[in-house]
Amino acid sequence: MTTTHQPKPLPTQEITTRTHTADILANARRDTDRYGLDKVFICDVDSHHAELNSWKDIISYVEDPVLRDIAQQMMIHRPQAGQLALSNYKAGLALQDAGARIPHQSGLAESVPDTGDARDVELVRRAMDAMSIDVQVVFPQPMLEIGLHPEKGIAVQLMKAYNRWFVENVLPKDPRIKTMLGLPFEDPQASLETIREFGDHPDVLGFLVTSQRHAGVHRNEYMPLYAELEERGLPIGFHAGPTWEDSMTSTMNRFLSVHAMSFVTCNMTHLTNWIVNGIPERFPRLKTIWIESGLAWLPFMMQRLDHEYLMRQSEAPLLRRLPSDYMRQMYYTSQPIEITDMALLESTFNAMNAKDTLLYSSDWPHWDFDVPGRIMGIPFLDEQAKLNILGGNARKVFDL
Amino acid sequence: MTVNTEKSREAWTLVARSDDVAEGGRQVIELGNDVQIGLFRFKGKLYAYENLCPHQSGPACQGRMVDGVRERIEEGGRSAGLAFDKDDPHIVCPWHGFEYRLTTGEHAGVPSIRLRGFGVREEGGDIHVAL
Repeated sequence: MTTTHQPKPLPTQEITTRTHTADILANARRDTDRYGLDKVFICDVDSHHAELNSWKDIISYVEDPVLRDIAQQMMIHRPQAGQLALSNYKAGLALQDAGARIPHQSGLAESVPDTGDARDVELVRRAMDAMSIDVQVVFPQPMLEIGLHPEKGIAVQLMKAYNRWFVENVLPKDPRIKTMLGLPFEDPQASLETIREFGDHPDVLGFLVTSQRHAGVHRNEYMPLYAELEERGLPIGFHAGPTWEDSMTSTMNRFLSVHAMSFVTCNMTHLTNWIVNGIPERFPRLKTIWIESGLAWLPFMMQRLDHEYLMRQSEAPLLRRLPSDYMRQMYYTSQPIEITDMALLESTFNAMNAKDTLLYSSDWPHWDFDVPGRIMGIPFLDEQAKLNILGGNARKVFDL
Repeated sequence: MTVNTEKSREAWTLVARSDDVAEGGRQVIELGNDVQIGLFRFKGKLYAYENLCPHQSGPACQGRMVDGVRERIEEGGRSAGLAFDKDDPHIVCPWHGFEYRLTTGEHAGVPSIRLRGFGVREEGGDIHVAL
């Protein structure tokens, strides 16, 4: 028996780095139709663009004339420095694409019309359209590693230059694009100036601590930052990042291992200092978001900190409640959501009160991104919880 | 003729010509009813899978084709490093890297996760799939 279908080969037989984003994400449209996502407000709280395409322009924003000249000379004279001058991009991160098995992690090299805008503006638009996203909070990629830069002075200069470039060249191009700007955290005064310079910008929804794991976030010099953010009603986000250079990860031989552990321990460290030192008691109106560590670590941290606190109250005298109670007052981005054991996931959602604290994020175009349908397909969530997670909670956090 | 099916009662649909799928190659086809299938030929035999990854619905059949990776363990448990297994080609979902054995459609590590497979019949230079 033969049916009457008219088969035809797909124009894209193999998805590569040069494939159009709409073709890569074509199957996300199935979720849009299946779940009616076009009628759902979706705010993607963590996505990325590849600022290396614009590195030459960003370097022109570096204030320090000597550093700026060093970078510009590097780009002229050193092979491959055109996209990396002054940065601390680590060779190990190139393993993220699993040997080009996951091409969008390798790079989005598709053709983009020359409109004079940064090409990433068009790439971000394509991703938003493909995933039915209404508002996308966009972060850089290698610049998020700035908290691991070996020279603090360069890190501060690069962060400031990137922020100015992004605010002037990307944010004005599409009203759906928003950001939380990275703080030059190594320099508390520069961080405070950054908040004051950009805190009133309507598309700057908050500020980030990026991949920094060697600064105690409870140190007194950071208190003016938190006070300023609390006063302005702007959230602080901790965007974790991986490194192969922690004492723990230095023993690991596979990127899988580093990725599984390094993001999580980055945020675990800061969250522990944040709570044990009573930052939520000192700044009770400061909204805090923990970004890109998945969710599986949260029940562990709740139990572990509660257990330790009850025996050693004198070391955390500012606390008035259990650490887990403070954790349920903070916010968490969803990606990469670990859906491998539904019972464990449901317990995690219950423990963290996910219907009110979880913020959908895609992390596109990273290799382990999550489409919005990922949330809609969770069987134990009711409809209101799904709407909250996809966008309702973000409306609340960011006053959208 | 190649017959690779347990679904002989299903409708057979003409989807391609034999020449469209070279040895070691593939042809990903839109059937016009929102179903896409990937045809693959390995050692002369044809295989057909839906172009839909069970993980997050990624277009698995449009991903990189690469031989499966083995770790070579010597006597005493020492690792002798990694190697490709040319008898076990994989299709890699380009969204998240889920790898499926071309010859079975099973995830290379967890066989209970698998691509939806279809029977294939090749006759007279035509390829039919049981839908």
